[in-house]
Amino acid sequence: MIFDRKDFSALAVIASLWSGSALALDITGAGATFPYPIYAKWAEAYRAKTGVAMNYQSIGSGGGIKQIQNKTVDFGASDMPLKPEDLDKDGLLQFPTVIGGDVPVVNLEGVKPGELKMTGPLLADIFLGKITKWNDAAIVKLNPGAKLPDSNITVVHRSDGSGTTFIWVNYLSKISPEWKQKVGEGTSVAWPAGVGGKGNEGVASYVQRVNGAIGYVEYAYALQNRMTHAQVQNREGHFVSPSSETFKAAAAGADWSKAPGYYLVLTDQSGKNAWPISGATFILMHKVQPKPETAKEVLKFFDWAYTVEGDKLADALDYVPLPDVVTTQIRGTWKSQIKDTSGKPVF
Amino acid sequence: MGTAAMPGHHQQNVQLQDMLFRSGARFFAFLVLLILLAIIASLIYGSLPAMRKFGFGFLVSSEWNPVTEQFGALVPIVGTVVTSAIALLIGVPVSFGIALFLTELSPNWLKRPLGTAIELLAAIPSIIYGMWGLFVLAPLFAEHVQPWLIQSVGATALLAPFFKGPPQGIGVLTAGFVLAIMVIPFIAAVMRDVFEIVPPVLKESAYGIGCTTWEVVWNIVLPYTKVGVIGGIMLGLGRALGETMAVTFLIGNAHRLDASILAPGNSIASALANEFTEAVGDLYTSALIELGLILFVITFIVLALAKLLLLQLAKGEGRRT
Repeated sequence: MIFDRKDFSALAVIASLWSGSALALDITGAGATFPYPIYAKWAEAYRAKTGVAMNYQSIGSGGGIKQIQNKTVDFGASDMPLKPEDLDKDGLLQFPTVIGGDVPVVNLEGVKPGELKMTGPLLADIFLGKITKWNDAAIVKLNPGAKLPDSNITVVHRSDGSGTTFIWVNYLSKISPEWKQKVGEGTSVAWPAGVGGKGNEGVASYVQRVNGAIGYVEYAYALQNRMTHAQVQNREGHFVSPSSETFKAAAAGADWSKAPGYYLVLTDQSGKNAWPISGATFILMHKVQPKPETAKEVLKFFDWAYTVEGDKLADALDYVPLPDVVTTQIRGTWKSQIKDTSGKPVF
Repeated sequence: MGTAAMPGHHQQNVQLQDMLFRSGARFFAFLVLLILLAIIASLIYGSLPAMRKFGFGFLVSSEWNPVTEQFGALVPIVGTVVTSAIALLIGVPVSFGIALFLTELSPNWLKRPLGTAIELLAAIPSIIYGMWGLFVLAPLFAEHVQPWLIQSVGATALLAPFFKGPPQGIGVLTAGFVLAIMVIPFIAAVMRDVFEIVPPVLKESAYGIGCTTWEVVWNIVLPYTKVGVIGGIMLGLGRALGETMAVTFLIGNAHRLDASILAPGNSIASALANEFTEAVGDLYTSALIELGLILFVITFIVLALAKLLLLQLAKGEGRRT
């Protein structure tokens, strides 16, 4: 077997592919399904602008946490903020990107979007399985004019671990001591009632297909699938509908400078128009970066996402962009905390 | 032509090729065994933390609480077994009917296209079955089939507890039904193939002494082909036990034990698919790996039972004592 020109040229091709020259360094992230629509939009716009592709896998917050702990992705995304102790254990840094909200959605014939009124304790009782029929006295009292049939309530929850779930059960734990004691909070809980769908998409799909279903999804999913959402009573007693304004009202009261590791859950915030089931979604990165170029690209991506262009895209999908005060603070955190292996700041 | 008759270098060549072939084949055979053992070993290693914490109680506990980290495999095991049982209960008679029709009753021009159509069913990806089940079958079941079942079978005292609850469309019954559709092509194909190799002389003799078609099939064809038939059923059962995507769309993913087959449940494969990537914490992951190990063991047991059954049948024929 003589080594001839054919073999040389084949080797040359392989060598050139393997040269590792990163003209357009692609970045990978994985995690929450909650912000997937906006991350996908940002990735598309950023790629058109700079040629850098951001590949995001929406596998759930628990998956995102696991993958960043295992260092298989450049950044992880989670709707459930990690506590400062957990962050320090793995040498992780977390920062919020956008604010959104969980929305209760129902499938009832004759009930229009925004028509049904719910309170937190009522939602807790439904999800605990204590209220099983739509024409239960408690629901009728709040909605005297609505067409509530004598049919069973089918609760739809998430079958996979999820930050969307975390925001939902965090809210229920805050307003229902029984829920807190019986079920608790986390990305995955032991649901006392109902069926599970995989991802926001699965829950939306089940709710749309089963008559008399109630579930919870992220607001973008409710909008895109034109689902029937319900109003919820907030801390100050007002019934609010989920929208950009009500999410902004919930975020207005949040003081991030006092939260170490940006650990702040935005459920049940005070404010006349505040949507009670809001939450921020977070990005997780390692503090010490062995590949500083990749880390720099990740930070440049989010830096662009915090600008007016990124904010506009977020607004269009009804996510609430962070106030400038917070993004300035976050940039400062990047400069001071994300370093490469020699101690030099990456950003 | 033995190697002794060949010229020297050619003889060496052939012997070398022979040796390479033999060791290559041996290597691949052992490789498969090795991979099997490696999978079992890694499953056991991964489930050690859960085994240490829960012991045998894991198999009978129906609690699945990631917050308090209490896990029990009873609900997924029951779900897997029940959906597979429903799949076989519906699938085996239908496959038998299909195979019988294709070999004994159908006109010649219909055999090929019908056979191809059945095989096409097997080629459909399982996630398509899941989607079709969710979009088409579940509403159909919720609006027509399940209410009818509740009123007819659910009214009898004996079967009432198995047909209770609101007709949601998604649940163990729908998942089992779609599984039945998925295993029919496998079982039907195997049954048809073994029915076809029954020596015509046996069937002709039976027809000759006046047997009806049914008598020929029941008394001649089936006993002759029982090894193949049971093999086909085990093939279908194997697919049903491990099927993930179609089941996860339709079974409702509820970690609760319910006697009613109209209620949602969970299966081992579906629980793994849903929860494995997001399981936070070592105990949670280990509990899921132990679920995988249990599925492995269930498949093993099913295969062993099939072998035992075949042995018993062979004994009945005096082939073995």
